Amino acid sequence: MSAPSENMPVAVAVPRAKPLLLRHLPYFIGAAILVALTATMQFDGYIHNILMQATTFAIAVFGLSVVLGLCGQINLAQAAFFGLGAYAVGLGTSDYQLSYWLCLVAGCVIALLAGALLGMSTLRLGGHYLAMVTISFQQIVTLVMINTIWLTHGPDGVSRIGRPDLFQSSQSYLAFCVAMLALVGYVVWHLSDTRLGRAMRAVRDNELAAGVVGIDVFRTKVSAFALSAVLGGLAGGLFAGGFAYVSPDQFSFAESVVFLTMSLLGGVASPIGSAIGTGLLILIPEWLRFLKSVPGLYLAIYGLSVILIIRYMPDGIWGFVNLATERWRSRTKTPAAAAALQLKPANVGGDIVLEVRGLSKYFGGLKAVDGVDISVRRGGVHALIGPNGSGKTTTLNVISGLYKATAGKILLDGTDITDMPPHQRAAAGLGRTFQNIRLFRSMTALENVEIGAERPGNPLIGQGGEAALTERAMEALTFVGLGSRANELISSFSYGHQRLIEIARALAANPTLLLLDEPAAGLNSSEKLQLHELLKRIAAQGLTILIIDHDMTLVSEAAQHITVLNFGRRIADGESMAVLRHPDVVSAYLGTD
Amino acid sequence: MDLALQLLFTGIGIGAVYALVALGFVLIFRATNVVNFAQGEFSMVAAFLMVVFAVDLQWPYWLSFLLALAGMALLGAIFNLGVYYPLRHRTFLPVIIATIGASILLANSVLAIYGPQPQVLEGWFETPGIQLGPVYLDSQYLLIIAVTMILVVFNYWFFEHTMLGKKLQATSQDKEMASLLGISVSTMIMITFMYSAVLGGLAGILVAPILFVSIQMGSTIALKAFAATIIGGFGDVAGAIIGGLALGIIETFGAAYISVPYKDGFAFLVLVLFLVFRPQGIFGERVAEKA
Repeated sequence: MSAPSENMPVAVAVPRAKPLLLRHLPYFIGAAILVALTATMQFDGYIHNILMQATTFAIAVFGLSVVLGLCGQINLAQAAFFGLGAYAVGLGTSDYQLSYWLCLVAGCVIALLAGALLGMSTLRLGGHYLAMVTISFQQIVTLVMINTIWLTHGPDGVSRIGRPDLFQSSQSYLAFCVAMLALVGYVVWHLSDTRLGRAMRAVRDNELAAGVVGIDVFRTKVSAFALSAVLGGLAGGLFAGGFAYVSPDQFSFAESVVFLTMSLLGGVASPIGSAIGTGLLILIPEWLRFLKSVPGLYLAIYGLSVILIIRYMPDGIWGFVNLATERWRSRTKTPAAAAALQLKPANVGGDIVLEVRGLSKYFGGLKAVDGVDISVRRGGVHALIGPNGSGKTTTLNVISGLYKATAGKILLDGTDITDMPPHQRAAAGLGRTFQNIRLFRSMTALENVEIGAERPGNPLIGQGGEAALTERAMEALTFVGLGSRANELISSFSYGHQRLIEIARALAANPTLLLLDEPAAGLNSSEKLQLHELLKRIAAQGLTILIIDHDMTLVSEAAQHITVLNFGRRIADGESMAVLRHPDVVSAYLGTD
Repeated sequence: MDLALQLLFTGIGIGAVYALVALGFVLIFRATNVVNFAQGEFSMVAAFLMVVFAVDLQWPYWLSFLLALAGMALLGAIFNLGVYYPLRHRTFLPVIIATIGASILLANSVLAIYGPQPQVLEGWFETPGIQLGPVYLDSQYLLIIAVTMILVVFNYWFFEHTMLGKKLQATSQDKEMASLLGISVSTMIMITFMYSAVLGGLAGILVAPILFVSIQMGSTIALKAFAATIIGGFGDVAGAIIGGLALGIIETFGAAYISVPYKDGFAFLVLVLFLVFRPQGIFGERVAEKA
C-alpha cells in the first residue's frame, strides 16, 4: 500500500484548473461584441421591438430553466412575477417620479419576496400543490392589476414609463438589456455547476437521496423558486422600460403559458434552450400573422405543442441536439488518476458510535418498530437482521430521518439527532445507501459522488472548491473500483456497479457511521465477494458500518456484532456466532413446531 | 339573518358544483396519481355542447343533455388516449404539464370556434323558483343540490357495491396486483377518465344557467375545485364534497360581506391558509412516499 502520508497535500494529483473567468473569456468576448453590435446597428422600429421583446422574455424564461429545468419544480406564474417587475418600474417612474434603478431593484425585491413566500407555503408539499398555487397566484395578481385602479390604473395600464438617464435612446436601452441578458445567461449557465446548482439537480433527480446526502431539500427548492421569480421580476422591469407602456393583459395566465411553452420547446434544462425557445416563439407568430385573426387559435396551437413536446421531445430542441454531443464528450474525457481514499470518521471519544434507545415507529395501529435498543460500537461492522417485515428497513429509515420516530432517542457520536431532518443528520456524520438504489440519474457517476463529498461538515474537502471536490469524488470512485468510468452517466452502469457508486457517494462524505440497506440484494456471487472485500477495506480504515442484509454468509463473515429484530422488537443482540445460534433467532428464521 | 340564510342556500348550490368537479379530480388522482389540470375544461366544453344542441340547434333540453354527457364520455376517452396514456410511465411532472397543455388547447379551441362572446343557456325548469319563508329557492340551485346528492349516493353505491366499482378501487390501490388478478388496468383507467369527464361535464351544464357560458369558466371552476380537494383532504372522496360545499359557502359570504371583485380571490386565500396550517386538509391525506 502506498497511501500518501497525512501531511502530504492531496491536491497534487489534479492539474490546476485555469481560473474560471479566464476559461469563460470567450463567452464574455462574444457577449461584448453582441452588445456593441446592438448599440451601433440601425434597426427599424419593428425589428427593434421584436429584439426588445425577445431579450426581456428570454430573461424570464431563464428563470423557468432554473426552477423547472434544474430543480424540477413547476412555476405557472412567471408572467405574474414578470408583471410585478414591470409594474414596479412602470408605476415608480411615471406616477411617483422615482429613479429607474431604484424601481428596477424594488421590482426584483418584490418578486423575490412574493416568490419566496409562495414557495415557503407550498414547497414542502407535492408538486400538484405548487402547480395549482402558482396558477392561483397568477389569477390573484391579474385581479389586483385590474381592480386596484387607484394604484395600477386598472385595465388602462401604465404609460409614460421612464428609462435611466444613461440609456435614454431606445437603441442604447436595448444594448443595456442585451448586456443584462448576457450576464443573467452566464449566471444561469454556470449555476448548474455550483454547489446550489448541484443541489437543485439532486433534488430534481431524487428528493429522498438528496436529503440523506446532506442537501436541505426545502431550502434548495425555495431558493430555486425565488431565483426564478427574481429573474421574472428583472425581465419585467426591463420590459416596462423598453416599451414605455404596460397593461394587465400582458401579464395574464396566457402569458405564463407562453413562457412555459418557450422553455419546453427550447429545452428546459439549459439557458441556451431557453434562448432558442424564446426566439422561435417570438419569431414564428410574426411570420404567421394571419393566424392571429382568429382569437384563441394561437394559444390552442401552443397547448397542442406543449402536449406534443412533452410526449415526443421531452428535452426540447437543445436537449435533442445535446444528447448526441454529450455521449461524444463523456467518452473523450478521461479522468485523472486519484490518490487512495482517506476515511477519517469523526470521533468525540466513547466506545459507542450510534446509540438507539427505546426506538418506536407506529403507522396508525401497526407497530413497525417497538421499543428497540441498538448500540453500535466504534469500528467494525454491526448487522441488523430479521425476517421479512421485522422492521429492519423502518428502523434504518427512522435512524436516517426519513420517518419521524414515534418514541425513543437516537444519539450519533454523542449528538442527539432524534429530531433532525435527514440533511442535518447527514451533516452530523450519517451516511447511507438504499435497498432500491437512489442515484441522481441525469448525472455522471462523478457528479453523484461529488454531491456526496460536498456534505456540510466534511473536513476532507478543504474550502470545498471544485478541484478538491472532484479529487475527493475520484478517490471514492477509485476506492470502489470505478475510477476509470467516472464521467459516464448512471444509466450506463450495471446494477451492481450502481450499488458501488451509491457506496462511493456515501464514503466521499467521510461519514462517522455508514448505514447500508441490503447492499447485497440483487448482486451475483462474484459481486457479493467484491462487496465483502470492499466492506473489509472500509472497516480497515476505522469507519463503523451498520448493515442490513439477508445474506447470512455475508452477515456472519463481515459482522462482529448482530442485532436481531422480529415483529418490530429486538429478540437477540450480541457477538455474531452466539446470536446466530440463539434459539429465538433460529426459530424466527426457521419456524418452530 | 334572512340574508345569511339566503346566502347559505346560494353557497351550497355553488359549492355543490365545485364538489362535483372536485370529485372528478379525486377519482382521476386516485386511479392515476396525477392531478388533471384540464378537469375544469370538461365543465366548460360540456356547457358549450349544451349551447350548441339546445340553443343553436333548438333540440329538446333532455336530448341535448344526454348528448352533451355522451360527448363528455367521448372527450374523456380521447383525453386519456391522447394525453395521459402515452405518458403513464413517466414521472408526474411531464403528465401535469401535458394536462395543462390540454387545458389550454381545449379552452382556446372553443374560443377559436365560438369567439369570446359569453353565451346564455336557459335553466331546465320554466318556474324560476319558490319562496320558502324568508328564503327564495331558485329552481336551478335546487336542481344542482339534488343532482349532487343523488350522485354522491350513486358514487358510494357504485364503488362499494358493484363489481366494476370494486375493480376500479383495486386498480387505484395497486395497479400491478390488480393486473395480476386479471383486471385490465388500462380499461379501468379509461373508464375513470370517461366517468370523471362526465362528472365535470354535469357540473358545467348545471352551473351554466347561473353563470354565463364562457371560455374562462373552466379554469375558474377548476381552481375552486382544486382548493376544495385540499380543504377536504387530498385524495378523499368525502373530503372533496365537504370541501366543495365549504368553499361555496365561504365564497358567497365573502362576496356579500367583503368584496365582489375579489370573489375569486377567497378560494386562493383559503387554499393558502390550509396549505400553511393544515396541509392534510380536514380529512387527512393518505399519500406518503416510502423509502
